[in-house]
Amino acid sequence: MITSAAVAIAEARIGRRGESVYSGRARTIIERSYLAFRSSTWIVVATGFLEPVLYLVSFGFGVGKLIGKIEVAPGHFVSYAAFIAPALLATSAMNGAIYDATWNVFFKLRFDRVYQGMLATSLGPLDVALGEIGWALLRGMLYAIAFMSILGGVGLITTPWALLAIPCAVLISFGFAAVGMAVTTYMKSFEQMNLINIVLLPMFLFSGSFYPLSIYPGWLQAFIKVLPLWHGVALIRSVSLGIFSAALIPHILYFVVMIIFGLYFTTRRLTLLFMR
Amino acid sequence: MPTEKSDELITAKGLSKLYGDFVAVNGIDFSVHKGESFGFLGPNGAGKSTIMRIIAATLTRTSGEITVLGKDPADRGPEIRAHLGVVPQQDNLDQALSVTDNLYIYGRYFGLSRKFINAKIEELLDFAQLTEKRDAKVEMLSGGMKRRLTIARALISEPEILMLDEPTTGLDPQARHILWDRLFRLKEQGVTLLITTHYMDEAEQLCDRLMVLDKGSIMAEDSPAGLIKKYVTKEVLEVRFGSERNAEVSEQLGALCARIEVLPDRILMYADDAEKVLEEIHKSGLHPVTSLVRRSSLEDVFLRLTGRTLVE
Ligand SMILES: Nc1ncnc2c1ncn2[C@@H]1O[C@H](COP(=O)(O)OP(=O)(O)OP(=O)(O)O)[C@@H](O)[C@H]1O
Ligand SMILES: [Mg+2]
Repeated sequence: MITSAAVAIAEARIGRRGESVYSGRARTIIERSYLAFRSSTWIVVATGFLEPVLYLVSFGFGVGKLIGKIEVAPGHFVSYAAFIAPALLATSAMNGAIYDATWNVFFKLRFDRVYQGMLATSLGPLDVALGEIGWALLRGMLYAIAFMSILGGVGLITTPWALLAIPCAVLISFGFAAVGMAVTTYMKSFEQMNLINIVLLPMFLFSGSFYPLSIYPGWLQAFIKVLPLWHGVALIRSVSLGIFSAALIPHILYFVVMIIFGLYFTTRRLTLLFMR
Repeated sequence: MPTEKSDELITAKGLSKLYGDFVAVNGIDFSVHKGESFGFLGPNGAGKSTIMRIIAATLTRTSGEITVLGKDPADRGPEIRAHLGVVPQQDNLDQALSVTDNLYIYGRYFGLSRKFINAKIEELLDFAQLTEKRDAKVEMLSGGMKRRLTIARALISEPEILMLDEPTTGLDPQARHILWDRLFRLKEQGVTLLITTHYMDEAEQLCDRLMVLDKGSIMAEDSPAGLIKKYVTKEVLEVRFGSERNAEVSEQLGALCARIEVLPDRILMYADDAEKVLEEIHKSGLHPVTSLVRRSSLEDVFLRLTGRTLVE
């Protein structure tokens, strides 16, 4: 048996858990996305980021003029712009992640044979899943950081704790990217892909982004609280105001579960689609 | 031919693959030895790609046994694939990347260092005669260039086994010869080649040993020369009497040769001395519209084994 460098690298992992699906090289998939991204246009990236900024300007500073302070926690009042800013940050993390994890992945799955190429090497499906989700998450993170700087610039960051919103945004991006890619692996046509957008927009509008959930009847509140974006909004809203309590734990767990489910199903589907 | 166990890189026993109820590979046995060039020859749908993908651990078998380098592809995928260079039937180059980046990132997928890859890239660009196209996007390449790049890419990890699924389909004769030359060189370097093809000349040129497949089953297995010797005579006489008369004269002609095969457009007469058969035809007062004496080929073997021509 000839031991090439590639073989030595693969054999070094023998006996590790999950060796049949994972080779510990998800980063090379991210590197591939970076190489492809270098030659793509920045405009697409910029527009994705602009969306929440526009909402902030029109709703926060426009509609906000008509609205007084909003009570976010007992005895804790903030301006309307400060109320919606964390929600827009969460949404921006979601959008950034979703874009790459859904549409871009869909093209690669159905039209390119990129994943077949990757899976013919010593990579496993979990490497591909993690790498693609990781790249989507980077985009979500980039949007979140850019949006944070804008918030800082217009004076909407009032406590250093707000910086913790960034790791929270990463968590949110990760969750959405993982589930987004998993869902995309089941999609067969453009019509089905559009369903994703049809779900995301109302979720954004009704997840307590623009007004407190208390406006809704009990049953609707309960429903919204099952949706992921509400957890993201609630998490970032608390953190960016420096309000910490055990109530944040379920929000964090929600995303951890999304990540685990997303990775599991993506890996499984890649295996079914390309290795069966 | 080496036959020791230790020399077997790939061994299959009773290997089967079903897609639903459809049997694509039907309980086949074979083994591939170190350093040889092994070919799967068969018409469309014979199961060639299916077998290649099972070996490359990107398709799971339905039943039977297979070991690749002593390991089971069903549960040691990444490890096995580290030994393989795979050239799929349909190119799956990364359209978003340049020629060089395609080679580079493939090396990265195998976990190779940048230094190692960058040195290798120069060698491979030269090997594939793509140095001038190094910065071109893949979509700018011709079909032949893409094929050469796919082969170069498969070599980035210095694989022990190179798997080529119809490496030259769609290429012009010149491009095919260039590719064959490249494959010969690899073989000389000790790389084991696994090739599928439905081109006879390719099989004859490239393969030490051939497995003739049809509908998922093995029809025969030997060296190209061995197959010809075993299943057909040295030479063939092809005669045409026009499509209506072919069947009519066949009985009379049958007596003149070892075996006769009547196709819709021509009659194939197998004999060790075909010139002589032609003379006798003329003597007997029959006058074919056209006649051709040629050496027997794998095409004739295939016809003999399956009653069908390989490429319709
Ligand atoms: N994913 C699949 N689902 C169902 N049937 C399949 C699938 N893939 C291949 N088949 C069938 O299995 C048989 C063998 O296919 P395979 O691709 O292995 O043939 P092949 O010998 O490579 O043919 P070709 O020369 O056309 O490439 C064919 O009849 C094909 O229709
Ligand atoms: Mg095929």
